[in-house]
Amino acid sequence: MAVYAALLYMPEGSDWMTPEVREEHRVFGAAASQMIGGAAALYPTATATTITVTGGPGGDVLVTDGPYAEAKEILIGLYLLEAADLDEAISWAARIPTAWHGKVELRPVLPIGHRPF
Amino acid sequence: MTPEEQLAETVRVEGARVLATLIRTLGSLQLAEDAVQDAAVAALQTWPRDGIPGDPRAWLTVTARHKAYDALRREAARPGKELAAAGGAALVAPDLAPEVLDMVEPETVVRDDQLRLMFTCCHPALAREAQVALALRTLAGLDVAAIARGFLVPEATMAKRLTRARQKIAQARIPYRVPPDTELPGRLASVLAVVHLIATESHAPSAGEQVVRVDLEAEAVRLARLLNELMPGEPEVLSLLALLLFTAARRPARTDAAGDPVPLAAQDRSMWDQAAIAEASGLLAEAVRRSGGVAGPYQLQAHLSACHSTAPTYAGTDWDRIVGLYDLLLRLSANPAVALNRAVAVTERDGPAAGLAALDAISGMARSHLWHAARADALRRLGETGRARDALRQAVELAPTAPERKLLSRRLAEMAPR
Repeated sequence: MAVYAALLYMPEGSDWMTPEVREEHRVFGAAASQMIGGAAALYPTATATTITVTGGPGGDVLVTDGPYAEAKEILIGLYLLEAADLDEAISWAARIPTAWHGKVELRPVLPIGHRPF
Repeated sequence: MTPEEQLAETVRVEGARVLATLIRTLGSLQLAEDAVQDAAVAALQTWPRDGIPGDPRAWLTVTARHKAYDALRREAARPGKELAAAGGAALVAPDLAPEVLDMVEPETVVRDDQLRLMFTCCHPALAREAQVALALRTLAGLDVAAIARGFLVPEATMAKRLTRARQKIAQARIPYRVPPDTELPGRLASVLAVVHLIATESHAPSAGEQVVRVDLEAEAVRLARLLNELMPGEPEVLSLLALLLFTAARRPARTDAAGDPVPLAAQDRSMWDQAAIAEASGLLAEAVRRSGGVAGPYQLQAHLSACHSTAPTYAGTDWDRIVGLYDLLLRLSANPAVALNRAVAVTERDGPAAGLAALDAISGMARSHLWHAARADALRRLGETGRARDALRQAVELAPTAPERKLLSRRLAEMAPR
């Protein structure tokens, strides 16, 4: 099995905290409960702070207001999915409501010791 | 082909078949590719000296397997976990007896593995250009330099593209299997698109000097044949193979003695390969029988190609049927390139005024040299020489390859101003 981060993107300015959307995520969460190792919904990008360290470890810490990329679509949350392979992960990602409200990006999770499962 | 080239060809083709099974047993594309590469080098060193073995494939299978397990043992003996960090699952050298390493898989297993490899190379999670490169590298057994030449990119660029694709397969765990029936139509479409792209890139290169890249067109036909063997009776596979054979049959007439492109209207039809056309017609008829009246996009394109291949002359082509087929194709997907070809057929069927109207109704083709050239042809037939020359000049400017520029410039020179 492998762990995938399903990163949820929505067009900027959209509201992902309405009762309807929350209910859709609840339905998905119940259906996929065996596959989900963690999930997070994020506050709007106005609350985001981006940190950059220049010059390697111990270098200057640059703190800027806002999300990393000023893109049309923003990261609004994520699920950690455990799946046998990419095809299984895709089939679950396609059931996340954000897949139709916005986009879901799947990224394999590097095993670094803090395994959620 | 010289005996050396024949030998290299045998090693390449047989090596590609061996690779598919080795990927499954090793679980690593990179490791399997390296092992087959080592076995191929060994074959090219020893076969000219000792003679080609009775069963070259078995020789390559066993040699590649031994090379792979040697590599695994070397890795296992190394300190640290460099291998896992290099982007694969931690591979362990299985403790296998030499007799096991020397067993050769039955033909059915080899075929199943080749089909798995096709679907893995063409997985939608890989970029289309990566799919094409991977298919030519693993299924056709072409080396990186040859693939890079085929697509006119530097070898280092192609090597990086392949490395990135292998890493994605390993890290994102793209599975090595034939998709289940529910996903098969979509996934098969991706495989067919890759094979089709290899063929179209080969006879209409989008950049560069050469008109015909013989190798890639032959590789596309070979891959389509292989797919047709692995998935017998699949209508769209039959249709794609028919389409590629119809097109390849015209190859002798497609360029003149100087290597310049000859348009369909001016081709010497007696030079077309009638055996290939007959084979293609048979495959298309079988596709029609098996598709139950629902023609897919490749069947429609094969019918179009068949219309041209069986017409006695350009003027004697069944343009009415061709327009009808393009209408059906446009219903499957609204593609401006298809609309352009339809408009050209309308010019032939209904005359230049109707053709020009159809051409001007297509949007999004202002950057296509083919669209400007087609407009120039319709305007010339309408007697509007000045506007025809303007359109041709734009076509010359936009033409992506030197031979196409040359052809269009010659047409412009022939169209003297009044």
